Amino acid sequence: MQEVINLLFVGVGGQGSLLIAELTSLAAVQAGFDVKQTEVHGVSQRGGSVETHVRFGARVHSPIITPGEARVVIALEKLEALRFAHFAHPQNGELLINDFEIVPSSVLNAAELYPYDAFDVLRSRGYSLTVLPASDTAHQLGDGRMANVVLLGALSTLLPIDAATWQKTLQMRIPPRYLAGNGSAFQAGQQFMADRQPAAT
Amino acid sequence: MSELLLGNQAIARGAWEAGVAFAAGYPGTPSTEIIETLAARFPDTHPRWSTNEKVAFEEGMGAAIGGLRVLVTMKHVGLNVAADAFMVFPYAGTNGGFLIVSADDPGMHSSQNEQDNRYLARMGKVPVLEPSDAQECRDFVLAAFELSEKFSTPVMLRTTTRLAHHKGLVQVGERTPIDQRPFEPDPKRFSVPIYRKLLRPRVEARLAQLQEYAETCPHNRIERPDGEIGVVTSGIAYQYVKEVLPQAAILRLGMTFPLPPRLLREFCERHSTVYLVEEGEPFIEEYMRSLGISNLGGKELFGVIGEYSPGRLRQSLALGDIPQPLTTGAPILPRPPMMCVGCGHRTVFSVLRQLKVIVAGDIGCYTMGALPPYEAEHTTFCMGASIGTAIGLERAGHDRVAAVIGDSTFIHAGIPALIDAVYNGSRLTLIILDNSATGMTGAQSNPAAGTNLFGEHTPRLDLARLVQAAGVEQVQVVDTWQRKQVFRAINQALAHPGPAVVIAQGPCQQLPEMKRRDIVPYVVEEELCTKCDACFRVWCPAIKRTEQGFPWIEAAECTACTVCAQVCPTDAIALRQPEQA
Repeated sequence: MQEVINLLFVGVGGQGSLLIAELTSLAAVQAGFDVKQTEVHGVSQRGGSVETHVRFGARVHSPIITPGEARVVIALEKLEALRFAHFAHPQNGELLINDFEIVPSSVLNAAELYPYDAFDVLRSRGYSLTVLPASDTAHQLGDGRMANVVLLGALSTLLPIDAATWQKTLQMRIPPRYLAGNGSAFQAGQQFMADRQPAAT
Repeated sequence: MSELLLGNQAIARGAWEAGVAFAAGYPGTPSTEIIETLAARFPDTHPRWSTNEKVAFEEGMGAAIGGLRVLVTMKHVGLNVAADAFMVFPYAGTNGGFLIVSADDPGMHSSQNEQDNRYLARMGKVPVLEPSDAQECRDFVLAAFELSEKFSTPVMLRTTTRLAHHKGLVQVGERTPIDQRPFEPDPKRFSVPIYRKLLRPRVEARLAQLQEYAETCPHNRIERPDGEIGVVTSGIAYQYVKEVLPQAAILRLGMTFPLPPRLLREFCERHSTVYLVEEGEPFIEEYMRSLGISNLGGKELFGVIGEYSPGRLRQSLALGDIPQPLTTGAPILPRPPMMCVGCGHRTVFSVLRQLKVIVAGDIGCYTMGALPPYEAEHTTFCMGASIGTAIGLERAGHDRVAAVIGDSTFIHAGIPALIDAVYNGSRLTLIILDNSATGMTGAQSNPAAGTNLFGEHTPRLDLARLVQAAGVEQVQVVDTWQRKQVFRAINQALAHPGPAVVIAQGPCQQLPEMKRRDIVPYVVEEELCTKCDACFRVWCPAIKRTEQGFPWIEAAECTACTVCAQVCPTDAIALRQPEQA
């Protein structure tokens, strides 16, 4: 039986992690997989942490991923990467992280407590991580909000879904006036992965 | 054809296919998307937001007696509000099919308790179906209408947060035209209590028939009967069992009330070890134990509290360790929810904090007034409870008490309590946060907004006149973003010897018209700023600090609510000049 691929998308409410989770689910459907997706949230639109689980394969039962079983954890923000890193599979899992910090506004003294060294901590614990300047890239492309799609482009290179299917999915779901920009953001993410140095082991 | 649908969207789809001709509900997580999907995609089901769950249920009851197929939706605690009707309707039984969706919230993602509404169904003698995935959310709705009409009974579809809010592939069909059933006015069936005695035995007879149906109905099925370990399960937990115990024999109960005694006994006799995996209370377990079944591992293994998951099952069965969140010496910085930037509630709570009043709160975004930095809401129980609680606190001798309630919650359950305050001569101070929306669930429309579910204009409920008509003498309407106005009004209301109401008006920032606005953001002029930090005490998330210690306003977040500019003693905060924009 074909293995189920688990993907965890995390970020802060408003960053668009749910949108790229949805795009991934739709692409997986287009590619002929069974898919389940679930968002674990209470009131995420109000600056809370957002967590979306996507699972696809020949047959998927649970919509929830168990910690330690995610093929990729896609984090739109650094603190959220730290919070959800333990979902990554200890051997076959990796983290794709946007190099971007959002200090929680709802916690007093958050600026002093923020884990600016999150990447070092994660590396020291043996996690395999790829850090992308997705927000900077998206900003250069004209709209910082497309950081999510830069990450999606990067993620697409790790999944058994072909380029044509991704294109079709983007066209299906993204309004025409945003399509060109998001297309470039997606490509930038793909390019980043093609250019990256093979990870040291 | 199959579509990737949320459980709630699949329920809406099923209702449309089943020929539902009337649907009513009150917004409440995790049920809200059902009515919203009906409005967006299936308006021929005639959906509406009602003013509360009891009204929704009663409208549905009338429509079903009148011969239509009806869907009524609410969150678990909503059924408490509708319970009066829910408990008596089954005596009469229905005419057209009647389905009530109860969306329970194990884990309390967005709720004030974890109640398991299967108990309410048992009390009301209403059969319960529990789907296990999005496909069954659609399929069970269709089955529920068959069941409802076959046995002339209302039926409950019990979902949970994970079912309601997960997406899966759903094979869909088309709408079946259903003819309206004839309605025969019959006092013996639908009227006075004296006739209810005649109906009472029929309820028991129907229950016995339903139990017989449960023994062989397709929703209760056995999978892999030869498996060594047996598992009895229902709802989303079935999916977790399939993953964690793929070799087990499974009795999947899609109908969990009434339960089938023979099926359960026979299944348990065939397996030496049986696990019972049900999210929520030990509803099935208590029944099975009452049958004398003892080879059962249930709640003592898996627990009563919170949401289940495959990981939790694995840990409960000692099938391996699950990685825990990282520890880095300090706990990972939390990111608790907060009121939006520019939310009109912020001004009110900063004033309440300053005035050091005891605040009896209510259900809505303003429950976040209990969290830092405000910490100015001291009780929250249930819809409308703020007013009664404040009256009681005052009766108990506490001075300076204020009740805080949103417009939608006030309309839902606050009005009788306000009338009571006047009637019984309470000194009540009531603040109505009127943001023209049912905000917490996604800024749905309500009567005070003057629009309906479809965005069409309706007569706008005039809250000030309503409050005056109740007999409140001091009624003040203020702009919620004018801090001085708000301060003065609340102070005056607290000083008033009789009931006093402050209506703090300002639209919810989540309303589409607020999001669409062109906003000219405010900026800090550093040459005028004395770093007195008055603006920081507004606690607006859009106000950050520069490395030099000056405040600066994140332009993309600013809603131009003006509150920070109002408190700045040196007028250092101003609208961004056009040439800088």
